[in-house]
Amino acid sequence: MSTAVTHKKGFGAFLWDYITTVDHKKIAHLYLIAGGLFFLIGGLEAMLIRIQLIKPANDFVSAGFYNEILTMHGTTMIFLAAMPIIFGLMNAVVPLQIGARDVAFPFLNSLGFWLFLFGGLLLNASWFLGGAPDAGWTAYAPLSTTSPGHGVDFYILGLQISGAGTLMGGINFLVTIINMRAPGMTYMRMPLFTWTIFVTSVLILFAFPALTVGLFLLMFDRMFGSGFFDPTMGGNSVIWEHLFWIFGHPEVYILILPVFGVFSEVMSTFAKKRLFGYTAMVFATVLIGFLGFMVWAHHMFTVGLGPAANSIFAVATMAIAVPTGIKIFNWLLTLWGGNITVNSAMLWSLGFLPTFTIGGTTGVMLAAAAADYQYHDSYFVVAHFHYVIVGGVVFGIFAALHYWWPKMFGKILNEKLGKLTFWLFFIGFHLTFFIQHFLGLMGMPRRYWVFLPDQGLDTGNLISTIGAFFMAAGTIVFLINVISTSVKKQEVAGDPWDGRTLEWSIPSPPEHYNFKQLPLVRGLDPLWVEKTEGRKEMTPAEPLGDIHMPNNSILPFVMSLGFFIAGFGFIYQVDDLSWLTAVFVGMGIALGAMFVRSVKDDLGYHIHKEDLEKGAK
Amino acid sequence: MKGWMGKFRALFLFSSLLLVLSGCGKENLTAFVPEGYGAEVSLNLIIISLAVMIFVILVVMIVYTMVLVKFRKKKGQEDFIPKQTEGNKALEVIWTVIPIILLIIIAVPTVTATFDLADDSKAKDSININVTGNQYWWHFSYNKEEIQTSQDLYIPTDTRVYLNLKSSDVIHSFWVPSISGKMDANPENENTMYIEAYEEGVYWGKCAELCGPSHSLMDFKVIAVSPEEYEQWVQDMKNVDPEAQPETASAQEGQKLFQENSCIGCHAIGSSPAAVGPNLTNFGDRTRVAGVLDHDKETIVNWLLNPDELKPGNKMAGNYPKLSEEEASKIADYLLQLQPSEITPESAGNE
Ligand code: HEM
Ligand SMILES: [Cu+2]
Repeated sequence: MSTAVTHKKGFGAFLWDYITTVDHKKIAHLYLIAGGLFFLIGGLEAMLIRIQLIKPANDFVSAGFYNEILTMHGTTMIFLAAMPIIFGLMNAVVPLQIGARDVAFPFLNSLGFWLFLFGGLLLNASWFLGGAPDAGWTAYAPLSTTSPGHGVDFYILGLQISGAGTLMGGINFLVTIINMRAPGMTYMRMPLFTWTIFVTSVLILFAFPALTVGLFLLMFDRMFGSGFFDPTMGGNSVIWEHLFWIFGHPEVYILILPVFGVFSEVMSTFAKKRLFGYTAMVFATVLIGFLGFMVWAHHMFTVGLGPAANSIFAVATMAIAVPTGIKIFNWLLTLWGGNITVNSAMLWSLGFLPTFTIGGTTGVMLAAAAADYQYHDSYFVVAHFHYVIVGGVVFGIFAALHYWWPKMFGKILNEKLGKLTFWLFFIGFHLTFFIQHFLGLMGMPRRYWVFLPDQGLDTGNLISTIGAFFMAAGTIVFLINVISTSVKKQEVAGDPWDGRTLEWSIPSPPEHYNFKQLPLVRGLDPLWVEKTEGRKEMTPAEPLGDIHMPNNSILPFVMSLGFFIAGFGFIYQVDDLSWLTAVFVGMGIALGAMFVRSVKDDLGYHIHKEDLEKGAK
Repeated sequence: MKGWMGKFRALFLFSSLLLVLSGCGKENLTAFVPEGYGAEVSLNLIIISLAVMIFVILVVMIVYTMVLVKFRKKKGQEDFIPKQTEGNKALEVIWTVIPIILLIIIAVPTVTATFDLADDSKAKDSININVTGNQYWWHFSYNKEEIQTSQDLYIPTDTRVYLNLKSSDVIHSFWVPSISGKMDANPENENTMYIEAYEEGVYWGKCAELCGPSHSLMDFKVIAVSPEEYEQWVQDMKNVDPEAQPETASAQEGQKLFQENSCIGCHAIGSSPAAVGPNLTNFGDRTRVAGVLDHDKETIVNWLLNPDELKPGNKMAGNYPKLSEEEASKIADYLLQLQPSEITPESAGNE
């Protein structure tokens, strides 16, 4: 066991370091890069969709291809872009916010990332291997069970593999937050971002198994001739809708709750005030999480569940507006009386408030079942969920990136470019989606490859497409910002924003062991507490001592690669049984790696006290 | 600050202007101008919930604007540390209770309307039509009347017409925005809804559930006529003689070709409940070919020669012998003269 970290040089060593890393801060980088790339791919698909719909009866893309880009846009954005970027943020921030040296299961953390990445690669490989899935990101049976080619098979296996990774991440963070908080950090002293990640992890724990089960049944229907969703064999396709939405509705809260946490951090930091109604915010978060599980059938008002079921789900859905409203007003009151700095991170937060209010209110409108008979599956719904997912989740991701970039990389993103990004994106966003509420009620169903001329839909669609170009421009400016910032030399101190929570009490970027000594937490916003008492840093809760660290490992990468190979085997064994070899080889690699992991003692290593002291000022 | 609000206001003005310019959409497609009972109930609910929600948005925007005006960092105040307020019980209670009241205002009419639109107590004494969604066309089978149509659904005005919806393949969703909200057609069960149109006219219907490549081309029409005309139409449809000789020579040859080329294997003329393809009894009276294409001879010929190009993925392509252009033209002549009734979309006062 080595004592000090050896610094190898060269790109190969650098790559090896990232492939084998179990450090949550490096895994955060991996999530951000991979999620960012998928975000660009999903954005490209979105642009193709909007270009196709720029004018009536357009023939820019073919009908079949349109359904593929539509399906992949939704699937990519939800599973491969928004989720991983949020996982990146929680990896980067949560252990620091709770004053922990690591996550509970570093190995599992790395495995979760590689499973996500290989699942995403498998899904996108479908583009080059005969066609992507085309049954919508909701993959309703029997369209999904009867869809020709292998597109939907890639969907099933890609999501199954990356879903397993997500589930692991959720469990990991649940345990981390429960077990590894610094001394003195009681639950009611946890920063709100950590709280939202905590609730999110619980949602992942309960929602993803429903997806796993659903995908297995779908896989058996498609690959092995079972008939779970096939009415001609006594199956029932509506069951898929239930399974999908029992997962799918909590999923949208898995996305939105973390950014609620982000906004809470950003707003209180830049208003220089503690979060207004902290306790209420915590309870609202928990309540939203709980109700999120009770309302899935509001996606199914037109399925024919009957008026009683529709009414119950309608009222339950409306109930979610109460805790959401509490949050909005608490944010406003956090800003009220503050000393507000408007920088890029704050701009995204300020842009979020009115945008999300619109998205939330259209949510309540959708919940009115008999009115939803008109909205459902129309562009009104497209407008609604983009108002919450883009106006909420994506705005939140941008806010978080600008806010925590210095902590993650030691550099501050350029403010001018940051503001330009915001304005382009914000204006483009409203241009694109506001008008879609009306398009929906004017008779434009969702997932339409073409709309016909002279139906009053031309102008609205044109405006919508113009808006999309603004958003694309905003994204490009952001990329320029990221690149130009990374080549610059400037370095920032640990606490560039005059922050309030623990992550700002250590250098940027943090040492790989995070905290030399675990901090003693004496209240909400612990760093702020110390600052108000005239100190500059946290009081340690322990004397300086050896720090135990986990070893890097290539095994997570190998295991995921094994599942990836087996995935191809499962998909193609339908055509030719010799593909079963790939199943055996892939599973062999994965199980072999698991075996190695089980029998090989890996005790990690210690950073000795003397080495820590050497580094100390 | 000025700039921010200014931009927001400009955006708002711009979008409202556009709405005025584009009107509320095509009048026989839009949900904004209800021409039937279901659409009216939904619109009322939309208006109630929208009013409440606009109120909420206004309250939020007022507080928001005040915050931005009053509490932005000012010159010389950079180091000002605001009071660290913890919260306020009274305020918390207010913004918990008021939303609950607002939601009750929406919830009560929601539940009432939901039960109202599901009421099938009058189904027995009314017209019942079995609606089947197919990739990518709609079949309508009139229960008592024992007649069938496809793509065009004729109903009498001011009458509740019950629809029993089912799918023959994947899930579809039946939607005629100006008359009523939508209802899914599932493969395993029958969903019932009723529609009632107030005015005579031709209303546009759409499939609202992704059902394959030509999902967006799965249009149909609801043709509402007066109850007397409706009776007349039913009689005309019942009296159709599927074997009747067309008048022109070309159409007669077309009829023969239609029978020889296995068209008849899928497309019934006259009553035949279990057709694989659209029923063509009144094809000559349709406004559209295949639901979306212009209804003229040239289009029909193109369709017969290459249906897959006009409607990707449709189930007609490849299921009949290849036709020459001449043969197709004769079949088109035959089909165009299938006009059993004077009651047509044109007579209902619309294209
Ligand atoms: C006040 C909170 C919310 C309410 C009351 C609400 C309500 C609804 C309802 C009733 C539907 C069904 C619409 C239909 O298909 O007819 C819906 C759809 C949807 N919502 Fe929400 N929602 C809320 C928040 C969110 C959030 C926070 C997200 C995501 C971050 C979200 C994402 C979606 C998505 C993606 C759909 C479309 C599902 C599909 O059909 O593919 N919603 N919402
Ligand atoms: Cu359809």
